[in-house]
Amino acid sequence: MAHVPFEYGLYLAAALFLIGLVGVLVRRNLIFVLASIEIMLNAAGLAFVVAGSRWGHADGQVMFIFILSMAAAEVAVGLALALLFRRAFGSLDVDAASRMRG
Amino acid sequence: MTVVFYIAGAVALISTLLVITRRNTIHALLLLVVSLLAVAVVFYSLGAPFVAALEVIIYAGAIIVLFLFTVMLLNVGRQAEGDEPGRLRGIHFVAPGILAGVLLVLLAIAIASGPSAQVGARAVGPTEVGAALYGPYAIGVELASTLLLAALIGARHLAQRQREADLGSVAAAVATPAAPGPAPEPPAELVPAAAPASAAGDDTPAAGPAGAAEQAPAERKFWRKDDG
Repeated sequence: MAHVPFEYGLYLAAALFLIGLVGVLVRRNLIFVLASIEIMLNAAGLAFVVAGSRWGHADGQVMFIFILSMAAAEVAVGLALALLFRRAFGSLDVDAASRMRG
Repeated sequence: MTVVFYIAGAVALISTLLVITRRNTIHALLLLVVSLLAVAVVFYSLGAPFVAALEVIIYAGAIIVLFLFTVMLLNVGRQAEGDEPGRLRGIHFVAPGILAGVLLVLLAIAIASGPSAQVGARAVGPTEVGAALYGPYAIGVELASTLLLAALIGARHLAQRQREADLGSVAAAVATPAAPGPAPEPPAELVPAAAPASAAGDDTPAAGPAGAAEQAPAERKFWRKDDG
């Protein structure tokens, strides 16, 4: 068992979440955007697990399992949409979809 | 185990930073696997072994493999590096980096202002998690199963429409995304009015009844580009 301050786990979760946020803001490739969203969801789950571990309850891990199933659903639909995006626009650049073509 | 937390946290931060700065998609996804494994070690060191196993099995083992299969299906080898022209220079990271830094400082102040405590007082094993899942959180489990079913049906629906669009020529269409094919007028296919004329050959549903074409014109056109 690690004996680290509770805040350090939350710092780690916050830093991972913000790295994912920077990835969403900077990257234009759709695969990278989806991967950055996965990073952010994972960081949110880490915060739940840290909080559950701080109180010694199982609720944090239960919430992580819910986040996990939500991330799995999101990535399945997101990657299917990425396939369609590539077929419709010929590239994975999300800027290609920034203007509506009638 | 305390030092394990710090080492795994540092590995997670560094590998995640590398993920969002890579140009090569496969390299980034493999680094993302490293990041997720490091987070799994953090979970284990915090006394959550069940969630650590789930992180490895589902995140690193299923979700990232789904990403890799999609990348292979899309065939984004050299072309992906041209998808972000002029991007990924250091200048593009400045403004989001400053914003994220400000947010990180605010979050750190908010976290540090709370009461301090030691984490990982006791390990919470799979037995307790399972009892909580099927006790007070049973309705959440049902809702999660419904969500997964909806995602399954949605993904299958999207993939099926793609397969109908060009049966058997997926590889050719993906290898040359803007392939004009036999039709000499690929731009004309983007115009809905010209679609019935250009699709005289193979696209019978659009060329047939006019009611079907105007029932879902946007959806039809969405598939039209790679057909020819």
